[in-house]
Amino acid sequence: MPGLRDFQARFARDLWSREDCSSTSPLANQPGFSVYRNTVMAGCVDALAANYPTVHQLVGVDCFGDAATAFVRKFPPTSGVLAGYGQGFATFLSSFDAVAELEYLPGVAMLDRIWTESHFAADDTVLKPTDLARLTPEGLSRTRFVLHPAARWQTFETMPIYTLWQRHRDGLPLDVELDWRGESALVTRPAGAVAWTAIPHAVAVFLSSSASGKRFDQAMDDAATADGADDASWLPALIHAGAFARLEGRP
Amino acid sequence: MAGLTAGIGLKPEHYDDALRCRSAGVWFEVHAENYMIEGGPRRNWLEAVRREHPLSLHGVSLSLAGSEPVDPVAVAGLARLVRELEPALVSEHLAWSRFDGSYFPDLLPFPRTAEALKQICANVSRVQDAIGRSIAIENPSHYLVLEGHDFEEIEFLTHLARRTGCSLLLDINNVFVSARNTGTSAERYVDAFPADHVVEVHLAGHRPDPTHGQRLLIDSHDTAVAPEVWSLFERLVARAGPRPTLIERDAELPAFDVLMAERDQADRRLLLREAKVA
Repeated sequence: MPGLRDFQARFARDLWSREDCSSTSPLANQPGFSVYRNTVMAGCVDALAANYPTVHQLVGVDCFGDAATAFVRKFPPTSGVLAGYGQGFATFLSSFDAVAELEYLPGVAMLDRIWTESHFAADDTVLKPTDLARLTPEGLSRTRFVLHPAARWQTFETMPIYTLWQRHRDGLPLDVELDWRGESALVTRPAGAVAWTAIPHAVAVFLSSSASGKRFDQAMDDAATADGADDASWLPALIHAGAFARLEGRP
Repeated sequence: MAGLTAGIGLKPEHYDDALRCRSAGVWFEVHAENYMIEGGPRRNWLEAVRREHPLSLHGVSLSLAGSEPVDPVAVAGLARLVRELEPALVSEHLAWSRFDGSYFPDLLPFPRTAEALKQICANVSRVQDAIGRSIAIENPSHYLVLEGHDFEEIEFLTHLARRTGCSLLLDINNVFVSARNTGTSAERYVDAFPADHVVEVHLAGHRPDPTHGQRLLIDSHDTAVAPEVWSLFERLVARAGPRPTLIERDAELPAFDVLMAERDQADRRLLLREAKVA
């Protein structure tokens, strides 16, 4: 009788083998083995479908199943917490032949991913407009805007992927002529539920600079080079959306 | 566990119903891994339910019956939940689901050897030490006839309970499914199960395999508890007395009231036994 480790190694190998492959292991040839094989694969594919619902909706059950099965075989879960499973699915989709012509699909997957990350992120305080009330312009410049743990953002340089994703998420028909140019999106969790909005590219740059620890004036300088920089008129909307947890480094 | 009667497995679709539910002695069980997240609405919902009702944390991924020590990250995740939610019950399975860096979302079988017993005892002890309390170990469903067992399952579980101080969770649907699939007697299994160690009972539905039919039953948790499983439950309760009993449903989720009606059927059987003893 093999030891437990050897037994597991053989069982694990047989689990990932295809049903139509004849196995050298007598155990894998029992009818009941396919119950384990099917349950394991279904558990992984269902987790991906839960974490990437817009991709699932866009391509349909069969196509999603094919892509997900191929992903699972290449990148099986490493944790029992499947809420985090599927890191890298967007990149995988960009090289998966059956959906290669859907250029926007990896971007849609990225937005599904940041929605899921936002949904499960840590709780924290949410910065309120009144927290800025006593700041002088100079004080504001030297302040760091600390991002809320549930804030995520994504820039798409050439495609209106946010509009595509948002209309699916909100259950709206895609009956508008899409303006085929880049978009940036912000996902936050202001009042217990995940919310999303389009943002100018410059705001995404500001958020990335703030997240890297830069002060307000430095982050604004970085943003000035991007589209939609103008002034900081978008700041109240960002605060209202719950993008920040607090201010730091106030003089 | 005092005061726990029959409960149901809680899914997100039923959070609001569970919050409002006022049935005496009702409790709810969740899969611990679904709440091993940093924060957000899912955790908040569970905490709200916990403020109203007793809770049971049912682990599905610790891989206790593996050759590797339990994953310290997973154990720390469970310890945090136990600390924050103070559940009435904590349970896991006599199965493995992790090997060589991969996680398999299923409860996989193993030969019940002396070597396996030693490794599983060590894993159960690691978990119990980390969370500071005992856990209940559940008998799994079987779909294969495995060679090389040194112990019968009941004997194995009894050794495990004696050596580690863990308690046992008897899943009666698993008993029925396993007996059918491996050609053994479900009645004999239920009669021989060490009732003194049992702190929780699971009831669930099963289905015949689409290809092999009644010769291969699947522990699907997607349908009502079968009449044969209710009979086995009555048989256990008649011998061992009432235990906290859970209606498990993981798929094809019906309305909350439908699940509660099934839960009430279990509750009536528990109360009947209590009345007889009194």
